[in-house]
Amino acid sequence: MKGGIGRNLYLAFCVAVFIFLIAPILVVVPLSFNAEPYFTFTEGMLRLDPDAWSLRWYRSVAEDIEWRRALVNSIVIGVCATALATVLGTLAALGLANPAMYGRSLVMTLLISPMVTPVIVSAAGMFFFYSSLGLAQTHVGLILAHAALGTPFVVITVTATLAGFDRNLMRVAASLGAGPWRSFWRVQFPLIAPGVISGALFAFATSFDEVVTVLFMGGLEQRTIPRQMWAGIREQISPAILAVATLLIAFALFFMLTVEWLRRRSARAAEA
Amino acid sequence: MNPEPAHVEFDGVSKSYDGVTEIVRDLNLAVREGEFLTLLGPSGSGKTTCLMMLAGFETPTSGTVLIGGRAVDDVPPRRRGIGVVFQNYALFPHMTVGRNLSFPLEVRNLRQADIRERVQRALRLVRLEGFEDRRPDALSGGQQQRVAIARALVFEPSLVLMDEPLGALDRRLREEMQYEIRRIHRTLGVTIVYVTHDQQEAMAMSDRVAVFNGGRIQQVAPPETLYEEPERVFVATFIGDNNLLHGRVLGVEQDICTVDTGNDVVSAFLVAPRKVGDAVTLTIRPERVALAPTPGTFSNEFEAPIEDIAFLGDHLRVRLAVCGSADFAIKIPNTVGHGAVLKGDHVRIGWTPTDCRALTPDEEIA
Ligand SMILES: Nc1ncnc2c1ncn2[C@@H]1O[C@H](COP(=O)(O)OP(=O)(O)O)[C@@H](O)[C@H]1O
Ligand SMILES: [Mg+2]
Repeated sequence: MKGGIGRNLYLAFCVAVFIFLIAPILVVVPLSFNAEPYFTFTEGMLRLDPDAWSLRWYRSVAEDIEWRRALVNSIVIGVCATALATVLGTLAALGLANPAMYGRSLVMTLLISPMVTPVIVSAAGMFFFYSSLGLAQTHVGLILAHAALGTPFVVITVTATLAGFDRNLMRVAASLGAGPWRSFWRVQFPLIAPGVISGALFAFATSFDEVVTVLFMGGLEQRTIPRQMWAGIREQISPAILAVATLLIAFALFFMLTVEWLRRRSARAAEA
Repeated sequence: MNPEPAHVEFDGVSKSYDGVTEIVRDLNLAVREGEFLTLLGPSGSGKTTCLMMLAGFETPTSGTVLIGGRAVDDVPPRRRGIGVVFQNYALFPHMTVGRNLSFPLEVRNLRQADIRERVQRALRLVRLEGFEDRRPDALSGGQQQRVAIARALVFEPSLVLMDEPLGALDRRLREEMQYEIRRIHRTLGVTIVYVTHDQQEAMAMSDRVAVFNGGRIQQVAPPETLYEEPERVFVATFIGDNNLLHGRVLGVEQDICTVDTGNDVVSAFLVAPRKVGDAVTLTIRPERVALAPTPGTFSNEFEAPIEDIAFLGDHLRVRLAVCGSADFAIKIPNTVGHGAVLKGDHVRIGWTPTDCRALTPDEEIA
């Protein structure tokens, strides 16, 4: 069959791309259960000998004070930056959705520019700026920096949900006597919530695996998980990093599933 | 002048969105308490804009809107207490029917028991008892429309605005809902300002109709008057069928004028203040033209060949070329069965001058 060869080549190519993309992840996960302090599969592991597998690196991560501090930092900075980015991004998207707003596309471009600017450029810029304000090497500084990086995601996802939002609903709410505050929380917010939540998730993920800004701006006290991994790779080579990496992969998987679930939900709501 | 107080008044209202084109031009209109008034006009004639200015969502560029005799320029929509029904229903999709209806009552901080009772009453009014736990997407178009109407009424406003509320429904359902809205209007006695582009709907429902074209009111009158005594050519042709003849005034005697249409002379009822030599447009309804009358019955009698016949069930529509019009229609009720007249027949037709109205051509009215 003539078409058969082309089709098989095509399939082989797809599988190759897939392996190329996924292989590093597939290697990291089993290696994190290594009983030995190596980054390679031991003979025992390959024989599936139960003794060659262990949770020791997970235990060492859980017991290590630096990893714990990194986790707390990641969560504190991530949550605060996400909250800030979500509020600001949602407000910006609401304003930008008003067709009467002057200079809409310019403001939109400015707001989402952190997404396209190389992080190293923004990070360097923020470092000098925040230093002069005394915010470098503080949690507040990192939270602000990560909020700036996360806001564009919120602006984009909320703008997308607002496109399907019937503005007449706000007029109806007003005609029924509701003030702007009540109209927003009772009518608009519940309907754009999927966009707000997925924007928040993107903002959190941005902060959670951001390393460049932290390298510039964070001191020892502000080390986040990715920053700690960076230190771990350079300073104390141990499969504990692989355990952390596996945890991050699990988090990413959970994150993607949640976003997809939200997307389907709002697609269903839009159909109705 | 007008003994009844106006519930709503547009006083010299103009509106432009871009500062160049006036969408509504110098609108003067008074709606009486308890009246069902319809804004009728083709799409784009500014009807929705008028309604939105009344609801407070748009501000007039000049002029004043008065409600209950008070200017409402500074009153935001939520303090106007007006029920609004939008064309696309605009039900809150994430709330049940019951929550949609209780929303305006919760805003007003009514007691729960009170709210429940009023919601039930509103549902009864639109005949949707037992639907309070349904979501809007589980309702048919007609049912959604009923919920939207109930929601606009549940807080007992004295003024309700409806913007083409039946536009999305099929014909049968539309006629049923026209009747329902009329019934609700009679039951509650509220003032309704209704918008539609469907002249039959306007005729069937309204106490009075304001005909719009190009942002201007052409005529405000009860449906019968609009049909029988149109004052503008636009109104004469927009409401029902009409034949138009163009000509110049030859002579005027009291309120009857003779008009030269090029090859024939027609006598007509002079509506507009026109003088000898002025251009006029004559309107004559197809059903007011008699076929083969006894000679001498009418002062307008002409002979013409039949160009075309369309059989439309309850009547025949016959096209003739007469008095300078190549497309002069007459309606013959189907009481004789078709075949009574044939294409190519030479027939005599006639009409009385009072059924033929001489109006100022629309082009001469800026
Ligand atoms: N918010 C708006 N901004 C700019 N132009 C508008 C707006 N709303 C309506 N228009 C214009 O005003 C004209 C009349 O609109 P509308 O009042 O909706 O007419 P109708 O309801 O009779 O169809 C239309 O040409 C429309 O394009
Ligand atoms: Mg309209």
